[in-house]
Amino acid sequence: MPAAMRGIPAASPSAPRALSFDQRLAAGLFALLAFLPLLSRSIASSYLLLVGERAVIFAIAALSLELLIGAGGLVSFGHAAFLGIGAYAAGIVASHGLGTLCIALPAALTASAVFALATGAIAVRTRGVYFIMITLAFAQMAFFIATSLAPYGGDDGLSWPTRTMVLGRHILKDQLTFFYVCLALLIATYLGVGRLIASRFGRVLRGLKDNETRMQAIGFTPYLYRLTAYVIAGTLCGLAGFLLGNQAEFVSPAYMHWQRSGELIIMVLLGGTGTLYGPMLGALAFLLLEEALSRLTEHWKVILGPALVLTALFASGGIAGAIAACRRRREAAARAPLTLPRLVRHLLGAGLERSRSCRRAGRRLFLRPAHLCKRVAEKARAACAPAKMALGRGRQALASLAERGLKTTVERWWRR
Amino acid sequence: MKRAVLKLEALSKSFGALRVAEAIGLEVLAGETHAIIGPNGAGKTSLINQISGALAPDRGRIVFEDRDVTRMSVAARAHLGFARSFQITQVLPHFSALENVALAVQARSGSSFRFWQAAAGEAALNRAAVRSLDSVELAARADTPAGALSHGEKRRLEIAIALAQAPKLLLLDEPMAGAGIEETQRLVATLKTLKGRCTILLVEHDMQAVFALADRISVLVAGRIIASGEPQAVRANPTVRAAYLGEAT
Repeated sequence: MPAAMRGIPAASPSAPRALSFDQRLAAGLFALLAFLPLLSRSIASSYLLLVGERAVIFAIAALSLELLIGAGGLVSFGHAAFLGIGAYAAGIVASHGLGTLCIALPAALTASAVFALATGAIAVRTRGVYFIMITLAFAQMAFFIATSLAPYGGDDGLSWPTRTMVLGRHILKDQLTFFYVCLALLIATYLGVGRLIASRFGRVLRGLKDNETRMQAIGFTPYLYRLTAYVIAGTLCGLAGFLLGNQAEFVSPAYMHWQRSGELIIMVLLGGTGTLYGPMLGALAFLLLEEALSRLTEHWKVILGPALVLTALFASGGIAGAIAACRRRREAAARAPLTLPRLVRHLLGAGLERSRSCRRAGRRLFLRPAHLCKRVAEKARAACAPAKMALGRGRQALASLAERGLKTTVERWWRR
Repeated sequence: MKRAVLKLEALSKSFGALRVAEAIGLEVLAGETHAIIGPNGAGKTSLINQISGALAPDRGRIVFEDRDVTRMSVAARAHLGFARSFQITQVLPHFSALENVALAVQARSGSSFRFWQAAAGEAALNRAAVRSLDSVELAARADTPAGALSHGEKRRLEIAIALAQAPKLLLLDEPMAGAGIEETQRLVATLKTLKGRCTILLVEHDMQAVFALADRISVLVAGRIIASGEPQAVRANPTVRAAYLGEAT
């Protein structure tokens, strides 16, 4: 029997393998970030490094959210609560003169974990929109509790007396050290989350996202796994909060505002869920975009909003999805050298193609009765043929308009 | 007489005014293949769902190996030895066929709260999974995503998953539904190899398959069991013929 001869299937990657494409991309990203201090020094702008620090910290937060969204299928709309809780816990112990690493960091992590356990115990019982609403509600609760923390600044926020001390010394005060500490923690988070997703636990979590009914039937209790994932993700985000508070030496209720939670989701989706480099890229792109656009005009949100809408419409896989699509095309296109204009064209083309195929699939869905009952469908088809033709023509016109408009805009912009 | 593995005692369930189970009493004996037949809407799938734990009965008890499992969750029952297939196949579409089965092995071998070692590389899990896939002749498709398998292959994958659970009681909800003639014959042959290895409760519309497989048959009509016994006796039963088989033959 040929099947029995196969023995262990090819799908067992126990032997050490070369880095996958995704891993190489992530490694490249880390390498780029590692050179950021050099760049910032060469253009004599410590501000760039500041933005870099924020990007690295938010990348940690985005990774923790990706664990929930990408692996668990749990879209948390209250993830920023953990940013605030981590920062508040460390800030509060610091304001009592206990701002050393061996107290402040455990305080931040424990507080986030406890909050995640308490709220998650209720939240992960729900799914879909209800999960979104309940996480939002808990985060807003945390937000309002923070605004009423009068001894710790209330509405105005809490200024830390100093950054967290390591062994009695102000090591983290040094900007370069702080940046590399953040980067090291990001890399550790990336590796840890990667292992977690591939582990037994991660496989159960992914399985639950894929088909809960089946997973229950083979003996997994969804609640326990989801709650554990929620606590892990919350604790990781608490770490990001601890770093964020350290960077600003300040924490305010705004850290946990629902807008911040929304931004975290945007980072994950903009970057592309389902990969680990996606959310990291998303955090980077979001913060850089915010920074660049806010220099252009104070009404920068007017540009950012539509840009995000366009991403959602034309590149539903986010940056990671576009890169993957582009890579597939590139492999097909006889390994032509990848120039930047071509990359842009690839990205746009990939998005448009995908949206078109989605529409086609949608139409098929609409006509599915035909398979079930021919006669009814034929009648229905005859009845709505004119309407469909008009609809199709309208859609085509719109799509081609959008395509032409986008392409010329981008090309013009590129030539400039 | 053989002992009863599964006992249903006066099981009742209704959805509003619709009674899907009315005081159902049933004994499934160790090692037998027990088929439940009945016209559409008789409550067969609801009965399977109540036995597997997906649906809570309004009244009555479900006893498995002398334990009352009426209030146990689906997952807890799976650990006791329940395994099932679904009328509409339930597989993990984005996982390979192998991983679908490997997860079932994982569920019963050791804790799944392990966070570091890559699960896909666990040779013991994969070996057991390949064996199970092999027994339904799917080993050649081990690396294919389950979502890309044909309908009949998904049916067999469900059986492979169930087998990997090393079940004591196998609940099969219309395993032949939607399968072609050839595929049906194949499934019947596979199920025949399972006879005696575990107790099987089979809900099926395909009468040829039922008579080829079942040791005993119960007939469910409008939430009541109107007859139960050896295939020949059930086939000859005039009430059954009137209620159900009469339409078919």
